[in-house]
Amino acid sequence: MTTTVSPPRVPSDPAVRKTQRPKKAVGIRYGLMERLAPYGYVAPFFALFLVFGLFPLLFTFVVALFDWNPVGSQTFIGLDNFTRLFDDPRFWNAAGNTLSIWLISTIPQLFIALLLAHLLNHARLKWANFFRMSMLLPYITSVAATTIVFAQIFDRDYGLLNHLLELLGADRFDFRNSVLGSHVLIATMVVWRWFGYTTLLYLASLQAIPRDVYEAAAVDGASGWKQFVHITIPSLRPVIIFTIVTSTIGGLQIFTEPLLLSPQGQFSCGAVRQCQTLTLFLYEQGFGQFAFGYGSAVGVVLFGMIVVIALINFLLSTRIKGAQ
Amino acid sequence: MTQQTVPAAVTPPPTRRRSGGRVGRVRWWTYAFLLLAALACIFPLYWMFVVSSAGAGSASKLPPVLVPGTDLPRLVELVFTTVPFVQSLVNSAVVATTIAVGQALTCALAGFAFAKLHFRGRNALFIIVVLTMTVPSQLSVIPQYMIISELGWVDTLQALIVPGLASAFGIFWMRQHISSTISDELLQAARIDGASSWQIFWRIVFPIIRPAAFVLGLLGFVTSWNDFLWPFIVLKSPEMYTVQIAIKALQNNLFVDLGLAMAGSFLATLPLLVVFVFVGRRMVAGIMDGAFKG
Repeated sequence: MTTTVSPPRVPSDPAVRKTQRPKKAVGIRYGLMERLAPYGYVAPFFALFLVFGLFPLLFTFVVALFDWNPVGSQTFIGLDNFTRLFDDPRFWNAAGNTLSIWLISTIPQLFIALLLAHLLNHARLKWANFFRMSMLLPYITSVAATTIVFAQIFDRDYGLLNHLLELLGADRFDFRNSVLGSHVLIATMVVWRWFGYTTLLYLASLQAIPRDVYEAAAVDGASGWKQFVHITIPSLRPVIIFTIVTSTIGGLQIFTEPLLLSPQGQFSCGAVRQCQTLTLFLYEQGFGQFAFGYGSAVGVVLFGMIVVIALINFLLSTRIKGAQ
Repeated sequence: MTQQTVPAAVTPPPTRRRSGGRVGRVRWWTYAFLLLAALACIFPLYWMFVVSSAGAGSASKLPPVLVPGTDLPRLVELVFTTVPFVQSLVNSAVVATTIAVGQALTCALAGFAFAKLHFRGRNALFIIVVLTMTVPSQLSVIPQYMIISELGWVDTLQALIVPGLASAFGIFWMRQHISSTISDELLQAARIDGASSWQIFWRIVFPIIRPAAFVLGLLGFVTSWNDFLWPFIVLKSPEMYTVQIAIKALQNNLFVDLGLAMAGSFLATLPLLVVFVFVGRRMVAGIMDGAFKG
């Protein structure tokens, strides 16, 4: 074990000793190195964050004010990128698609995860580990692989789903080339990927509820459904808000699915941009058209949306805390 | 200091409360729903395997073939000859492993500092860490690409590795874990013996939190292995592709065989599935343990 930690005392340098100052609580003298050490431990993160996180974020705001061509010229144009953006039907189309995909993925995912967590939260459930593990399989499958498989399953001519539809007497449906169909296709992939993970988060929360609460409810004759409505859902409220926020921020980032559904060399996700998301639009402008300034303007708008979501989240959670 | 006092000072990792859960009989439809969910999770992966193995043109057959065939070797060979797939598997393994080890170490060390050490500005710095979790890096990919380009890292693996070596989520997670598993008395005892914080971390803290650091590294490995947008932006030549980008390249060759991209996806997923068989339980426990519990 690690119990015999008694390294020889490092003889401290008298110069260093002068700077030592006693800690009230512990009564140990710390050398200069010891007092600086914590900064060293957190330094790697902050160094990387400054270079690859904060600086690019701030610089996005700068680039957005320019007509910025990576191999050509950079001209300061003020807010022109934004006025152009808000007049651009492609931007509003991408925003609408992102919202629609978010709605039809988040809501079903929530209900499925709630139901499954409630079902898994049973003291006497058999094969509990099998159920939990299988629900994490989609999470370890890459979005790229997921898209390839689901695009095949939903394919108009050769897809399994359309074959089933035909067997049931329905018409074949071209998911990829319809607006709603392509949104449903992408939302299905998002739900498939995340519902198990969300279920596990809810389950962890549920297991923190003492058993006697359910026991008392059962003794009082509350049915499974009543227990679900009156015990399960209220105690999950904070974690539900948390998952809604993360799924919203995640929803703004949907990129790989619509990219892999786009025809080769295009970033439009179909002929009428029926499933182009905001992040894919950013990529198309930045790296397809090399309009770094215009693409960065999309990034700034995305940032604004995230700030609004974070504020709503903050207000909601303080209100809930206040109510309790 | 006596050896006996210390183990007592180690708070045992909180035993997961068995209490969790409803009581009474489990109804048949509980199993029915759970089985359905499990099938929904497994089926697309099974389907990937079926299409990659069922033979030439099977993906376009009607009615669809529902059981695996014996044609996997041919399609795998086709995958390997269409794109440098072996190279991309190696690239992905190098990137994901480095990131996993790097994240486990940097996050454990920073989590330890935030949980157990006192230093000026600690709370402010930690708030910054938490705030960075809410801002996705996707929205600033254009300046990120400019930096990578300035560094001369375009089309190199370090462009993928270096930015991923630390993670705010990981620091947050390790801090929670270290706060709840390691007692202050233990660290104080070591302090009195004159151990530096560096020695304390390596001799006392890290051995205790190694399982958690392992799960964190694992999550970092999976995320990095599956990452798409960033490698898609910085990698240019096929020899530098990670497996996810190789899948996209295979998809561009759909005219060769409809099963080609499926076989590539299957091969790209297989390593993670193998890992999952061995450590899946720990991943489940890790996710549930790190989950924020109301």
